[in-house]
Amino acid sequence: MEESAKLGLRIREGDCAVLKRDEVFKAVLVLRRRKVIFEKQWFYLDNAIGHIYGTTFEVSSGGSLQPKKKMEETTTETKEAGTDNRNIVDDGKSQKLTHDDIKALKDKGIKGQEIVQQLIENSTTFRGKTEFAQDKYIKKKKKKYEAVITIVKPSTRILSTMYYAREPGKINHLRYDTLAQMLTLGNIRAGNKMIVMETCAGLVLGAIMERMGGYGSVIQMYPGGGPVRAATSCFGFPESFFNTLYEFPLSKVNSLVSGTFSSETLPSEPEYNVPVEEESNGSLDEKQTLIQETEEESSTEAVMESNETEEQETMDLAAEDTEYKESKEKGNKENIREKQRKQQERRRKLVETAALLEEKNADGLIVASRFHPTPLLLSLLEFVAPSRPFVVYCQYKEPLLECYTKLREKGGVINLKLSETWLRNYQVLPDRSHPKLMMSGGGGYILSGITVTVEKVQSDASSLEAQKNEEPASKKRKLQELNC
Amino acid sequence: MSFVDYADTIKDGDTAIVFLGHESMFPVKVQHGSKTQTKYGVIRHSSDLIGKRYGSKVTCSKGGWVFILHPTPELWTMNLPHRTQILYSTDISLITMMLELKPGSIVCESGTGSGSLSHAIIRTVAPTGHLYTVEFHQQRAEKAKEEFQEHKVEHLVTVKNQDVCKNGFGVSNVADAVFLDIPSPWEAIGHAKSALKIEGGRICSFSPCIEQVQRTCLAMEEHGFTEINTLEILLRVYNVRTISLQIPDLGKAAEDNSSTGFDSSNQSNQGSLYGILQQGTAQFKSGVPLKEMVGHTGYLTFATKSLF
Repeated sequence: MEESAKLGLRIREGDCAVLKRDEVFKAVLVLRRRKVIFEKQWFYLDNAIGHIYGTTFEVSSGGSLQPKKKMEETTTETKEAGTDNRNIVDDGKSQKLTHDDIKALKDKGIKGQEIVQQLIENSTTFRGKTEFAQDKYIKKKKKKYEAVITIVKPSTRILSTMYYAREPGKINHLRYDTLAQMLTLGNIRAGNKMIVMETCAGLVLGAIMERMGGYGSVIQMYPGGGPVRAATSCFGFPESFFNTLYEFPLSKVNSLVSGTFSSETLPSEPEYNVPVEEESNGSLDEKQTLIQETEEESSTEAVMESNETEEQETMDLAAEDTEYKESKEKGNKENIREKQRKQQERRRKLVETAALLEEKNADGLIVASRFHPTPLLLSLLEFVAPSRPFVVYCQYKEPLLECYTKLREKGGVINLKLSETWLRNYQVLPDRSHPKLMMSGGGGYILSGITVTVEKVQSDASSLEAQKNEEPASKKRKLQELNC
Repeated sequence: MSFVDYADTIKDGDTAIVFLGHESMFPVKVQHGSKTQTKYGVIRHSSDLIGKRYGSKVTCSKGGWVFILHPTPELWTMNLPHRTQILYSTDISLITMMLELKPGSIVCESGTGSGSLSHAIIRTVAPTGHLYTVEFHQQRAEKAKEEFQEHKVEHLVTVKNQDVCKNGFGVSNVADAVFLDIPSPWEAIGHAKSALKIEGGRICSFSPCIEQVQRTCLAMEEHGFTEINTLEILLRVYNVRTISLQIPDLGKAAEDNSSTGFDSSNQSNQGSLYGILQQGTAQFKSGVPLKEMVGHTGYLTFATKSLF
């Protein structure tokens, strides 16, 4: 049992756990004496601490959780069942218990199981229902009155299902089966050096990190002030995983490609992820660079080796938020020193990341963002080695059509494939099996391919291949002739 | 090269993928002194392949050329020699994610078949995980072993030649996940349960027919598996085409063009849209579904074994 705690099998305070009730998930931080609301119920997680992940709990009155032992299904003694519903009349009076009666039962703290039993006994039509209908009735009531929740360990499977159900907008409607395709088509595995550009709350990043198991490295390209990793933090990765994680601002990609990159300025602290305005600046490090206005850092930069004049700086600061001013007023030397240390650390890491990218030998590229994919692909593929897979997700098909065409024109890629997956769930029960619901559309589209060494000369074979994908010319002519 | 490690250059003994163009490729075992025939002519391994970078263009004897690609489980799936019906990457992706496979996972699989899924599992659980795969057909088991050696992944996989329904997986309480692709999976559910770790794990069974699924679900329930869920995943592929549609000639246009309701901002022949002989066409890009697509491979039934 000691071992299981070490392996992270037990629920500990401070963990990110996922609550599950039937098909509904919710990620929560496990804290003592903190009220959690889930599926119209409130409770405290205190009692769950120390239990093994996967344990099912019952919510008792007062919101405490009691581990539910796996019980023998108490089969309701129903030897009677009808064959069809020819004599069942809906008069609204079949249930003899009133709404108030049920509420009274609940308030007494009577177990959900008992309530369900009472409902069955007080249903005049229950015995006339078919066996299947009785089953269905019991299931429905159980769902309502037997409050059981299971606490499970987060994983890509659970988190991607949860996000798609709860907050699809935050992950650009990336359905979990589509994410699964991306991980496979991208050949994500331990030891890779991956480049990721995502605006899916860090879910795609987390999925990639899970598949890499802390081996290799991930470079996350981010827009604005910093990467969003709300979903990534739900995975509960060990600290060591984050040692292999790098980030690089998208706004610096062009300067990196053109060789004018400098680490002099950084985007602002990852706080609200507001797009930061760019402006051209004078020579820094004897180089023309794109500079980003930064919060907080601008002062320490001035203290360091920035050429910005005091005057300019204060003008910039006027536009800054008051938080900064307050901190400046309080700002003692130690504060500034601490900031400088952080600043230097960030800069060091940025230089390191730039060097990793400049090797241009990444093992793959994954893109899933709210931006148009074409410019991202055309730039970021520069950093990928030949014979490596890349996968682009987009909520819409049209941008990927353009991306496909542009990549073909540019060359250096083969085996381009535009695809989509549909997912179908089934209800499987004796004599009652059928598809549950059709999920289609809204799951997004994927463009995948493989990089190859870039050709200087357009060869005829690649144009041949391109032709194969176009409508044959003869057909077009025929159409026109017909209409003459 | 290895199936669990990228390499930059092609070496003697590697398995490489020769890419000839649109969806046409084949695997080749690189050997000093060997020759490979393609429709573009001969590839001489010693001079054309060994030492070259993966992803580079190789010119064949007739002047035509091919690309040489680094092997991946997905490319292997498209090119492997079929000894059985195989699983394709669409199903494999969902299986991998829903079984929660990752580096370090211990997985049991049966049957090995042609090894399409096996390669994908090995890729995902490397470098610290392991695959125990069971195949009752002796020749197929042998062939799979050979392939794993050739692909330099034999240290990550154990092939057993036995009947999983009778003798199980040959391991107990070690697996994080179990995968079944056999004609009667319901007979192996008990063995799957004992192969899984005491603290629990995931299971998946692949069956083409709904009757098989029904019996499997019943068996899973009897053995106390929870979260039983049956899914089916379909892949739709689109061809990217430029389509031209003709603008119908409705006779002499009224003076007011807008009354036709057609947005003439299209690339082609503005103004002459309603000319007499001018062929007015509107062009657009479209993702056209393939004429034929795979409608059904099989049902995937997932479930969880928990501690209780």
